[in-house]
Amino acid sequence: MNYLKSLCLTPLLILGVSHSKAQTDMDGLMMAKRNLCGGIVVGQSQWNHYWEGTLYRNNQNIGTFTSQTAMAMANYGVSDKFNIIASAPYIKNQTSAGTLRGQQGLQDASLTAKWEFFSKGYKHAYVSLLALGSVSAPLTNYVADYLPLAIGMQSKTASGKLMIDIQRNRWFATASTQYTQRGNVTIDREAYYTTEMIYSHLVAMPSVLSSNVRFGYRKNAELIIEAVYDRMNTLGGFDIRRNDMPFLSNNMEASRIGLNWKLPVPKLNGLSWLGNATTTIMGRNMGQSHMVMTGLVYQGEFKSKNTPKS
Amino acid sequence: MKSLKIFGTVLVATALYVGCKNDVVSEHKTFPALEPINLDTNAGNWKPILLSKPDEIAIATPISATSPDYKLELLEIKSRQNQITEAERENMNYWSAGVVLRWNEIMRELVAKYNLPPYQNPDGTYPIPSANNPLAYPFFPFANPPYAARAYAYMSGAQYDALVAAYHYKSKFRRPRPAKTDPSIKQLIPMTSDFVYPCEEAVAAGASAAILTLMFPGEQEYIQTKLNDCNSARILAGGNTRSDIDAGVGLGKAVAAKFIARARTDGAGKAVGTTADWKFLKDRTEARGEVAWLSQETPQRPPMLPMFGKVMSFLMDTTEVVNSRPGPPPSTQSAEFKKELEEVLWFSQHPDRDRMKIVHFWSDGAGTYAPPGHWNDIACEDFVKQRWSEVRWARNLALLNASMFTAAVCCWDAKYYYYNPRPSQMHADCKTLTGLPNFPAFTSGHSTFSGAAAKFLSHVVPSQASKYMSMADEASKSRLWGALHYRSDIEVGMTMGIAIGGKAIERAKTDGAE
Repeated sequence: MNYLKSLCLTPLLILGVSHSKAQTDMDGLMMAKRNLCGGIVVGQSQWNHYWEGTLYRNNQNIGTFTSQTAMAMANYGVSDKFNIIASAPYIKNQTSAGTLRGQQGLQDASLTAKWEFFSKGYKHAYVSLLALGSVSAPLTNYVADYLPLAIGMQSKTASGKLMIDIQRNRWFATASTQYTQRGNVTIDREAYYTTEMIYSHLVAMPSVLSSNVRFGYRKNAELIIEAVYDRMNTLGGFDIRRNDMPFLSNNMEASRIGLNWKLPVPKLNGLSWLGNATTTIMGRNMGQSHMVMTGLVYQGEFKSKNTPKS
Repeated sequence: MKSLKIFGTVLVATALYVGCKNDVVSEHKTFPALEPINLDTNAGNWKPILLSKPDEIAIATPISATSPDYKLELLEIKSRQNQITEAERENMNYWSAGVVLRWNEIMRELVAKYNLPPYQNPDGTYPIPSANNPLAYPFFPFANPPYAARAYAYMSGAQYDALVAAYHYKSKFRRPRPAKTDPSIKQLIPMTSDFVYPCEEAVAAGASAAILTLMFPGEQEYIQTKLNDCNSARILAGGNTRSDIDAGVGLGKAVAAKFIARARTDGAGKAVGTTADWKFLKDRTEARGEVAWLSQETPQRPPMLPMFGKVMSFLMDTTEVVNSRPGPPPSTQSAEFKKELEEVLWFSQHPDRDRMKIVHFWSDGAGTYAPPGHWNDIACEDFVKQRWSEVRWARNLALLNASMFTAAVCCWDAKYYYYNPRPSQMHADCKTLTGLPNFPAFTSGHSTFSGAAAKFLSHVVPSQASKYMSMADEASKSRLWGALHYRSDIEVGMTMGIAIGGKAIERAKTDGAE
């Protein structure tokens, strides 16, 4: 129900909303060759309403759900056109009401290859096209079949993404769409009910389609302010029944809007402050999360050649 | 181009890593066809549960094998076999694993579907599901553990009595298999008996469908579809003709009617209790100087089926239930209680992945087939390997479920006599690792169900006895580890359960099947 943890692409989403122009898997910027960017972002997401199927409701036995995240990330420029991005979050989930014990731990590591396969300056704009491939896998044997408190889905994922980035002067727009395939999840139970009884420890996870649109102002990849619209939906899955708990293979959807920024930290060359505020405007079988994040990233080079594009 | 190469490699690695999308196949779909080692042809002499004698319900004498009408029935088999479809073959193979097994699974599925507590009314009270209006929210029933235990017991009991009657009539009428009369008829699955009137599968199906309709009245269409599928499989398989099946369904339903009449008067209809009952339970506990149970839900939900301890089960009458009631749990003021609470708190504050695995394996909470369903699942997986006749399957499930129904009654009697608080009520940080059930603590339902089930199963599948007892022990401990129960709840519950399982064994030794 909380998308921080209810999707395996959690780190990607966190990056996507919080880390807008630090050359992540959500933006159209590339790290220059032999440049390395690393940082830590922390965030908090909360909801007190969620969608049970399409029914918008609260739950006095959950109260307010809070998820806190601390994530390490790194981005390395193998070449100007080819970057590798890695991240791993630590997550702590709890509720303000009810008797269920909160959960915390290291969630899933993700690794992304980002390739700018086309870029060209036209008369009025500079256009680039990118392709991205990602994998993620659980780092620990956390409990997944314990929603909404589970810190993740315990599913290996693989995704592919296409992106277009257009810049004119210092104004830009980026759009991307991503398909994520999720591997079966092994749960502790030996039978479970979805819309029928399934006698297995395995849960088949529906794939996820997500899209992301952002536009804003950027100056030399150092000062960035942008607005983001993000939408994800599973391809399949089932609705939470009336007054039931959520389940891993639910039909999940969320539409979110947010504001991201990246600002240089004065007097500390290479250090940037990231921030983000995001809210969920529509969803299905997920919490209506409101999220804030902040972080610091440092960018440096291994050798000479420091010409970040844009 | 280097980037392209790397990117291509990454894509290929990615595809290999997640692999092709794996469909999750429900393991039960692939059970092998039932081929009984022993046909139990004398089962017509076994002792039924409610029937006074195997031929209490009369059935019509079958028409002669040489009559034109019977020849038409044989023709129906042949014509359907000639145009069998893939879907029909799949349906036939599904039912060939055994109809007692499959109807047990159908009930488990409906329990899981209906095992959801109703959402509250706007004023903070809770609506009570009504059997007269099952399709309006809150759907009827709320198939919670006691409701489920009783439902499984009635269905298994009715299947057993109906099959005892069926075996009696099969031996009496001795109608041979269709293929014996007409060798051009193919037998597409292994045959489970030599005499086919009435069709034993249809007998079990008719009885099952009738009980399911009583217990899940909103599911009549689904149940009827399953009944039709089950009967259709018999004709296609070449196992039975139309008249075998019609006689079977009729007999099954007639036997079920006896169980239904009993169910309507066994006290379950009053198990929800009244506002006055709920207040009385609280006042009685407080008058003893003890802390009374309080719902930990918001808004506070009335206790689950507080009068279920007065329901008439199959193995003990109400007086026996009261006489066998365990002594009280440690007083909430005692040092012993404090020590037990501290133990629960420690488990709550130190969740360990290995213990959590066990807590979740046995959670069997809302939205599941409930603890009795879990033990039916465990039992059936092993029963499949025993290759028993349908009637022996039914007899063993009937006694298994009779013991869990009795366990539910005895456990609920103790819970509502003592009406003691859960650990979470007594300590704010006693957070649970799975859903907290909405009823008092003493004794643990999981422990009582599991003790009864494991004890009885150890009797019928002795080779697995140590496995069953260690599973029961694990189920019981899972409730302490999950911070839902004190140690005395689980230990006393287990002792009670084992004693109840012993009652089922006593009956098993005298019913003629051993």
